[in-house]
Amino acid sequence: MKQKVKATVVSQKELVKGIFDLWIKTDLAKEAHCGQFIGVYTKDSSKLLPRPISICEVSDDFDALRLVYRVTAENSGTDLISKLNAGDEVEIIGILGNGYIFTDIFGESLEKSMDSNVVLLGGGIGIPPMLQAAKELSAHGIKPTVIVGYRDSNMFLNQDLTRYGTLLIASEDGSVGTKGNVMNVVDKLDKKPDIIMACGPMPMLRAIKNYAEAECEKGHEVSAFISLEERMACGVGACLGCVAKTKNVDEHSHVNNTRICTDGPVFDAKEVEI
Amino acid sequence: MSNQENVLNKDILNTEVTIAGVTFKNPVMTASGTFGSGMEYADFVDLNRLGAVVTKGVANVPWPGNPTPRVAETYGGMLNAIGLQNPGIDVFCKRDIPFLKKFDTKIIVNVCGKSVEDYLEVVDRLADEPVDMLEINVSCPNVKEGAIAFGQNEDALSNITKEIKAHAKQPVIMKLSPNVTDITKMAKAAEAAGADAISLINTITGMKIDINRRTFALANKTGGLSGPAIKPVAVRMVYQCAQAVNIPIIGMGGIATAEDALEFIMAGATAVSVGAMNFVNPYTTIEVADGIEKFMIDKGVKDIKELIGCVK
Repeated sequence: MKQKVKATVVSQKELVKGIFDLWIKTDLAKEAHCGQFIGVYTKDSSKLLPRPISICEVSDDFDALRLVYRVTAENSGTDLISKLNAGDEVEIIGILGNGYIFTDIFGESLEKSMDSNVVLLGGGIGIPPMLQAAKELSAHGIKPTVIVGYRDSNMFLNQDLTRYGTLLIASEDGSVGTKGNVMNVVDKLDKKPDIIMACGPMPMLRAIKNYAEAECEKGHEVSAFISLEERMACGVGACLGCVAKTKNVDEHSHVNNTRICTDGPVFDAKEVEI
Repeated sequence: MSNQENVLNKDILNTEVTIAGVTFKNPVMTASGTFGSGMEYADFVDLNRLGAVVTKGVANVPWPGNPTPRVAETYGGMLNAIGLQNPGIDVFCKRDIPFLKKFDTKIIVNVCGKSVEDYLEVVDRLADEPVDMLEINVSCPNVKEGAIAFGQNEDALSNITKEIKAHAKQPVIMKLSPNVTDITKMAKAAEAAGADAISLINTITGMKIDINRRTFALANKTGGLSGPAIKPVAVRMVYQCAQAVNIPIIGMGGIATAEDALEFIMAGATAVSVGAMNFVNPYTTIEVADGIEKFMIDKGVKDIKELIGCVK
């Protein structure tokens, strides 16, 4: 059940400039899955809305959540969140959204998917949810290929990701890994992906959607599940602020719009028009 | 007084208010568009505790709403330009009304349209539905046709009010826009045309620029400002309307606490709605209802009606 609760900061550090790594202790962790998110409140009452931040990792004891997020600007909500210290109290709302739901992605029988080539794609601040995704896949005995794209050699979460999958790296400036973006790495893979789980900037998600469609036309079925982002207010599906265009009429809205916060943020790429 | 304080407790407080013959268990409602039809908040809020649920605006047919971004945070508030996305009256009657009927709360349906005929179609469709009141949205600033166009001109407001009153089986609340020179003229026009009540304020038209992208924060360029930032404007307008008309007023605009709600009530509102703050703190409605009771006990107020419009 969704709740607004007080959590306690366990630790916080800056991984690379502007990217923070926050662990908070909360019972909500018991319900959290990869691709879902929480709303984090600041103590500044002029900043009303909770900041939607994806779940990077659930602790092994299911009693804490890890959030890795980017500070968007000085004095922004995320800037204030980045100043929280161990022991501080922080209000959160969650667990929000539908993440990467394995029964939707793999079907009811996960074992049948063991031979599938599962590829996780994370671009920039879309990388964090890939850690929990890789962790949950690995718990099911699936070892994914994880491809992450950075701007430059200021990498984060790369060490963590190697624990759960085969890590491949792209960087925009070519300082590490393949020069370019995650799709340049996908193009070089020996075995094409069967299942893609992705989070990142919109151009990357569009490229993934197009890639999956092009491959399907060539006769190779690729299922791509992408996590969308949009300006949000309530986070619980009431305000209809964060919608994405859908291919078909949406079951809830009865128009070609779906609620990213509630029906997503993860969608089958085939179902959304981006 | 001290004697009275000793005997006052929750059980003998009277928090009931009556608007156009409909009695609400307490004066706390939800502002249209901020609470869906209650489903999304049922995890957080016992809907039985609310005076009424005022639903998201519904039109004769499904509306897709505006492009994104549709929302932007501002200092102490937020802008929205949702554009009245809604599933249309058929789905609403099949899905939302039966859901709300499971709870012991009143149902007020917010009605929107592009033309008078659109509104009337929804009003007619609701005639035999188990809803308690209709709230007519003549004040949404985010759609190109209808809505606010009927709420910024006394003649247009008077005309649509009369038409709706001639069709409606339920009492009619006209929801007024603050984006006018003199809101009391609109309140009087609604009253003269037969409105049973008025609700105010809808959002105040605003704009935010994204300086990094050098463009508007909202795809619609402008949006409606809501949240605590607008509360003093809303209290002022409720007070002015309370002095100008005799029909009941439902007050709203940035209510975050019981103290905020009490300001509206003392300024002349018979009931209040919690709007944008639902998005911020989903427990706001319950906290406001509890806080009003606590205030009444603390101050020795047996009946909430003693407070309505007590500030002249």
